Amino acid sequence: MPHTSTTPPAAQHHHNSLTRIGWRRLRRDRIGFSALCIVGAYLLLALAAWSGLVASHWQDEVAHPYAPPTLFAGAAPHHVELNAADIDAADRRATSAAALDSSGATGLSASEDPLAADLAAAQQQSAQYRSTEQARADSLPLGADQRGRDVLQKLLQGSATSLQVGIAGALLALTIGTVLGALSGYFGGLLDDLLMWGYSVFTSVPDMLLLLAFAAVSGRGIGTVVLVMAFTSWTGTFRLMRAEFLKHKGREYVRAADAIGAGHGRRMFHHILPNVSHLLLVQFSMLTVALIKYEAILSFLGFGVGVTQVSWGAMLAEAPAELLQGYWWQMLAVTLCMSLLVTAFSLLSDSLRDALDPKVK
Amino acid sequence: MNPTPPLLSVRKLRVSFRDEHGHGAEAVKGISFDIPAGKTVALVGESGSGKSVTAMAITRLLPEHGCHIAADSEILFDGRNLLTASRRELRRLRGGDIAMVFQEPMSSLNPVYSVGEQIIETLMLHTRVGRKAAYQRAVALLKEVGLPTPDRKMSSYPHQLSGGQQQRVMIAMAIACEPKLLIADEPTTALDVTIQQQILQLLAGLQKKHGMAVLFISHDLELVGQFADEVVVMHHGSIHEHAPVQQIFEAPQDPYTKALLRCRPHLAQRPARLPVIKDFLGDSCYFEPPQRQRGYQADDRVILEVQGLCVDYHSRHGWFGGRHSQRAVDEVSFTLMRGRTLGIVGESGCGKSTLGLALMRLQQASVGRVLFEGEDMLALTPRQLRDYKRRIQIVFQNPYASLNPRFSVAQILTEPMLLHGIGCDAEERLQLAGDWLEHVGLPRKALAKYPHEFSGGQRQRIAIARCLTMHPEILICDESVSALDVSVQAQVLNLLQALQDELGLSYLFISHDLAVVKHLSDQVLVMQHGRCVELADADTLYAAPQHPYTRQLLDAIPQGWPHCIKPRVA
Repeated sequence: MPHTSTTPPAAQHHHNSLTRIGWRRLRRDRIGFSALCIVGAYLLLALAAWSGLVASHWQDEVAHPYAPPTLFAGAAPHHVELNAADIDAADRRATSAAALDSSGATGLSASEDPLAADLAAAQQQSAQYRSTEQARADSLPLGADQRGRDVLQKLLQGSATSLQVGIAGALLALTIGTVLGALSGYFGGLLDDLLMWGYSVFTSVPDMLLLLAFAAVSGRGIGTVVLVMAFTSWTGTFRLMRAEFLKHKGREYVRAADAIGAGHGRRMFHHILPNVSHLLLVQFSMLTVALIKYEAILSFLGFGVGVTQVSWGAMLAEAPAELLQGYWWQMLAVTLCMSLLVTAFSLLSDSLRDALDPKVK
Repeated sequence: MNPTPPLLSVRKLRVSFRDEHGHGAEAVKGISFDIPAGKTVALVGESGSGKSVTAMAITRLLPEHGCHIAADSEILFDGRNLLTASRRELRRLRGGDIAMVFQEPMSSLNPVYSVGEQIIETLMLHTRVGRKAAYQRAVALLKEVGLPTPDRKMSSYPHQLSGGQQQRVMIAMAIACEPKLLIADEPTTALDVTIQQQILQLLAGLQKKHGMAVLFISHDLELVGQFADEVVVMHHGSIHEHAPVQQIFEAPQDPYTKALLRCRPHLAQRPARLPVIKDFLGDSCYFEPPQRQRGYQADDRVILEVQGLCVDYHSRHGWFGGRHSQRAVDEVSFTLMRGRTLGIVGESGCGKSTLGLALMRLQQASVGRVLFEGEDMLALTPRQLRDYKRRIQIVFQNPYASLNPRFSVAQILTEPMLLHGIGCDAEERLQLAGDWLEHVGLPRKALAKYPHEFSGGQRQRIAIARCLTMHPEILICDESVSALDVSVQAQVLNLLQALQDELGLSYLFISHDLAVVKHLSDQVLVMQHGRCVELADADTLYAAPQHPYTRQLLDAIPQGWPHCIKPRVA
């Protein structure tokens, strides 16, 4: 028996755990740290948008359709807004032209018009309401879309959706991949064979096809998108974790854990998992980037988030029609915003890999 | 003044490394020594002494980034300063006039090229010979380094050769271009003792035949004594003693050299406590401790009895292929007495580690019985085994790998107590962990640190403390001191001895080092190819070995200076 002394248990000084060393290394990496700051800023904005602090009124039509960005108010293509009088005038012009051509053979008289009664009733009713003309802005900081919604607000709300989908999808994919990979690598044998077969079947189908098939079956909405993407992207993590667990289970520290009586679960998730967690962190940031891009593609193709929600992909889906008419600002804003985040996330992955690798010391 | 200048002279070599914070650490602190042509100079020191850095500086293989060689340092080879030589010049010298042999032959040979290809490449790079002539020469070289059937070996790949054969190939490559200087950096450390002797004899023979100068780098003073003309003892980056080999062994001047010579266990004596470096560096005079008597006594009680233990490794070839099994431990039987030590010796691959793992049921045994106080451990259910597992613990070889790097020392030490319900709450367990830490000679405040903040010896102490927290009765030490420097090894051996005296632990001491085993063991079991070839009381076995393999092992132990294997030129 050791003698029991009365000194208090050692105060928890800030000693250099590997995590702390990794953090310090990341702090010193200028590129990695700026990338981390950018990603952090995005997350804060997304959180604010998600909780309704900013951009909660993104659906309001606050400007004229296709109002240009403030800076380019003069340079933007001219937008002609048609009102009822214009249409009537055009209609009249067309009618008279037609009448001239074919000597009035095609025109309908008032008694023949089947809608005449309804029209009259509607005109009577409309007299009961007072129509107010809302003041609409001529230009917005980042312009407006076809319904006159603020692109900036849509962008913020879209970031929230995209990040939410990306992060939730990545976490789910990571969890599936890690648990299956850990079981497969740690226990090996028949379980490993079975899981590997499942994995092979899964990966033999082209990713995009699988994604679209899942999406087509399960309808639209954020929840569906997250599930669909998680189910298609766990495979990389599975292989990685399987290999890591296979490698680590034979290490002496795991054998030592066995010797002191730690069970399988404890050895897997208490001993090995922290030692591969740096890989998971890197995997997480890479997956998030990939899933944000996937979400954009899905929404672009019409399988993404619902019509009442906005995401980067949904915004990009509007771009082709807009570009045709020369309204470039929505597409440019989304593209810049997305590439900044994706680039920052990728750089962060690289820096994390360098900073957290316990071998490089 | 010597009329013939030395082949290589190192002058005021000063090398410093800069870490990521920008703090410089001086690895070599202005050393100077000469290597005369045709002589063997040994550079001896423990890890971190700067001996390998010196060798790397000579071949200019130090990393360019983060490493700084002082401006006034000079390394003159044949009158040329290597530190200022151009890359072109260096490429011609390396592999040509200066050749190197490294510690790990497996990782020094390229695994995707045949052995012959690699030797031919060296030859064709440095000499103007055609491919055919190079092939002939390569075969001759393989023959010279003593490889059987050199013609066939030319087309072998490195993994098809044993460790000793790989090292012979490395040596063949090194001497291919008749170098003037051969740098051998721990060339035998990764090899078994019997192979080690063969490689040393080969090197000694080649050195004499080709008249090369050899810079022999080693941590083992005894080994060096057989082979070197001059010995340079390094410690913390500076030279402590530089003298002819005879003087080093017969009249060492420096206290550090004396300590190095003494702290390694010797076959001839068994002090109660091994001397450590500190005993010699202080002012007080070192007194010889009394000798310790070893061997099983008549009134000893049996704690562990192993009967006919066999362990098989199974491998499956493909899905439908048959199962192949290989017997790693074959019918081994022995008894361990309470409070005594059983040493298990053998070369790598003899099954001694597998035996240790099987006793703990970390490896499944196929046949046999392991009776722990009469209870067959191999027949216990996992639930019953839990309590037995606590009573028999293991300390692994590599202290760098056996501690979870993500855990603090407190976590490492409290986890076993948590699992076995020792101590009633977290605070008490932390208290106990601190007590055990002090018990193994580490300060209590080390609890908050992480494994990477400790040296190898300290980590091994933590690993021992982790076992002790469970109050084990048997401790299996699987090569537990093999990865440590001799001075640290002495400290850990002393700790193990003190713990045995105090707590009455029984040890199974597994090692390839016969001198260490002799120091600590009451009985010794010699294993070869999974079988027990000899089992006897330690003193009996070392005095009168019965089995030829035991004799072979004993002969292979480096004996130091008086047992010089090298025929000297009169």
